[in-house]
Amino acid sequence: MIDGAPGAFDELWGAGADGHARPGFETLSSWLENTPTAELARRQQSAEAAFRNLGVTFAVYGDEEAAERIIPFDILPRVFSASEWGKLTAGLEQRVRAINAFIDDIYGARRILADAVVPADIVLANPQFCVAVAGAKPPHGIYSHICGIDLVRTGPDQFFVLEDNARTPSGVSYMLENREAMLRLCPELFELLPVLPVDAYPELLRDTLYSVAPAGVRDPLAVLLTPGHFNSAFYEHSFLADKMGIELVEGQDLEVDDDIVWMRTTEGRVRVDVIYRRIDDTFLDPLVFRPDSMLGVPGLLAAYLAGNVALVNAPGTGIADDKAIYSYMPEIVRYYTGEDAKLENVETWRCREPEALLYTLDHLSELVVKLVDGSGGYGMLVGPAATRKQLAEFRAALIAEPHRYIAQPTLALSTVPTFTEKGIARRHVDFRPFVLTGAKGVTIVPGGLTRVALRKGSLVVNSSQGGGTKDSFVLAEGAPS
Amino acid sequence: MLARTAANLFWIGRYMERAEFTTRLIEATIRLDSLSPHTESSNTWASALAVVGTGPMSDSGGALTSTRARAFLSLEADNPNSVKCCVSRARDNARAARNRLTQEVWEAINRTWLTLDNRTNPGGIQSTVNLVEEIKAETRGFEGALQHMLRTEANWFMRLGTMIERADNTARLLDVKYYLLLPQGQEVGGALDRDQWMTLLHVVSGQGAYRLIYKQALQPWLVADLLIYRRELPRSLASSAARTVALLGRIGAVSGRQGEADRLARRRLDRFEASDVDTLIRRGLHESLQKFVAENAEIDAAIARQFKFA
Repeated sequence: MIDGAPGAFDELWGAGADGHARPGFETLSSWLENTPTAELARRQQSAEAAFRNLGVTFAVYGDEEAAERIIPFDILPRVFSASEWGKLTAGLEQRVRAINAFIDDIYGARRILADAVVPADIVLANPQFCVAVAGAKPPHGIYSHICGIDLVRTGPDQFFVLEDNARTPSGVSYMLENREAMLRLCPELFELLPVLPVDAYPELLRDTLYSVAPAGVRDPLAVLLTPGHFNSAFYEHSFLADKMGIELVEGQDLEVDDDIVWMRTTEGRVRVDVIYRRIDDTFLDPLVFRPDSMLGVPGLLAAYLAGNVALVNAPGTGIADDKAIYSYMPEIVRYYTGEDAKLENVETWRCREPEALLYTLDHLSELVVKLVDGSGGYGMLVGPAATRKQLAEFRAALIAEPHRYIAQPTLALSTVPTFTEKGIARRHVDFRPFVLTGAKGVTIVPGGLTRVALRKGSLVVNSSQGGGTKDSFVLAEGAPS
Repeated sequence: MLARTAANLFWIGRYMERAEFTTRLIEATIRLDSLSPHTESSNTWASALAVVGTGPMSDSGGALTSTRARAFLSLEADNPNSVKCCVSRARDNARAARNRLTQEVWEAINRTWLTLDNRTNPGGIQSTVNLVEEIKAETRGFEGALQHMLRTEANWFMRLGTMIERADNTARLLDVKYYLLLPQGQEVGGALDRDQWMTLLHVVSGQGAYRLIYKQALQPWLVADLLIYRRELPRSLASSAARTVALLGRIGAVSGRQGEADRLARRRLDRFEASDVDTLIRRGLHESLQKFVAENAEIDAAIARQFKFA
């Protein structure tokens, strides 16, 4: 019996405890058996040294001791078969199309509110609803060009969407860097398994950016706007700009003149057509949003509304990934695509509804409670793992401001074999694929970010809460595995 | 290229050069200190601190000891010009301009930083010497990585920063020791002076160069000639001045931006070509070096204006 999480579905060994691989996963299993532990340990250390030298780091807010940390990397990959991946992508594409249609509708005709599929107050009174961009007409009606959909799994065919990230999802650099590390450290795995490549992502992203340039621009100039090198995701910003071959700019490098965006260069100013911005909405433009923002560009929103520059993702997309809206996603998908959602939601109690609140308070120690506008594992209660004090605090908070919370059952997240100090063990994982939407449609690179909770039994995979990452292999169709 | 990125690159060059120079200064001063056991150690270190133009340490009171000076120059967080602070600032700039650097250049800077990041005390003489060796190895890695970079604006702006910083450092070094470089016939002589000259050459890695070029015993005016006029020595003032002109020319050819910085740099180079060490010493070495440092600062400011750094 391999140490870890009894009862949870393991993606390599299935639900059983006998250590036999699931059908189709025998190759990986025998590789794992035949590679000595000492060899795995050596490769693991080598990976960490490489990440440190590369400076693949993130900063943890509120932890000044370790201003820059590397995210722990686990060298045992997580593998999706071709048929699993096929089902996932169909569901992802459907969901992201619905998300873009929903945002376009909300900032336009608001049909879905008129038809009372989603209550109007949950949208219009939502802090994520961005009045300032109502009426904007982004090219091709696309708002969330890059969507990160967080998925969890509880069984062979049981995938659930945990949350949608429609604003500025991060983590794709880990997908690419983890693959580089795997190719270097475990080259034999790529001979044994027909792993589909992920390295086209930066090119696909660049094509997506160019495809949504304002109408009539022939040779668009795209830039990546970062809050700066003190931001926790700066490594990724710089990595992506580099791989796409576009400029990495800060707010101070841009200026808006007569609703046109310019970039300050050593040769004078150059016009900018597309901005892949990794700054939150509220910091984008101090004239419209937070006046104290030093990160944004005064006048940027006016330039966007005038149609002179494309913002990727568009401002206001937060309305689609709010956790209160999330609970309506099955209805939203059906409304815009005419089909039932192929990817299920996790059952969700909206605490704004009195019955749901009562249920939540009665079952607090079994549930996961989340702030509707929280992210990154902050402001979250995991009932079964919480102390009495935490439970009491959340109970009080729920009674005081029920509309700020949702509750979900504690899922038995799937596990994946992971290399730990005590050898190979089962650890819980989630998965974030990255969905690109451009003028030519939806593209999904065969891979994504697998986050793993490194502590035994832990269900919290967020990197800010001590989680790690793994490479995610997607196998080619029809190939023996 | 983004104006801010150009500024980041320029400052990577400056800070890495300053870090390397200070490292060599520590090394040479330790050597001098051990060669002249009868001299007050505090004098030796006081002149090293004068070269890097230290402020805060003199205010803090207390006796100047070798231990304190070594810590101050190498790892002191409150000394903005300590090796550690320079490397840390070089790395901040490198992070901000990372997509303009090759992986090798970034890794070389990052590794130098990792060498220093967790240290706060250089320890005794031997462990300082070890630290110096480590830093020198890492900065050589940086130089090597620059050599393999594409010859484009990114490389030239970093190099330009290196040249401005290098000219400033060598001139300050000479100026602090100028009284040792007395004209022919006024030699003070003695073992101490010889050690001081050796120290000076050591800081600019010029001992071998001196032997190769002059093939004779150490003469103060020849040391001055080497450090000021000989283009063969990469750390000489003339060499820095010539390379500054060349780099500005290359950047200008690509960006179409030429101006005040180019004019000032060319004027400085022309003057070097029209004079020699005897004239310079007759006119007053100290005054000339002071003027050079001021002029270098003017070129620095003109570069910032020309390429819109601010």
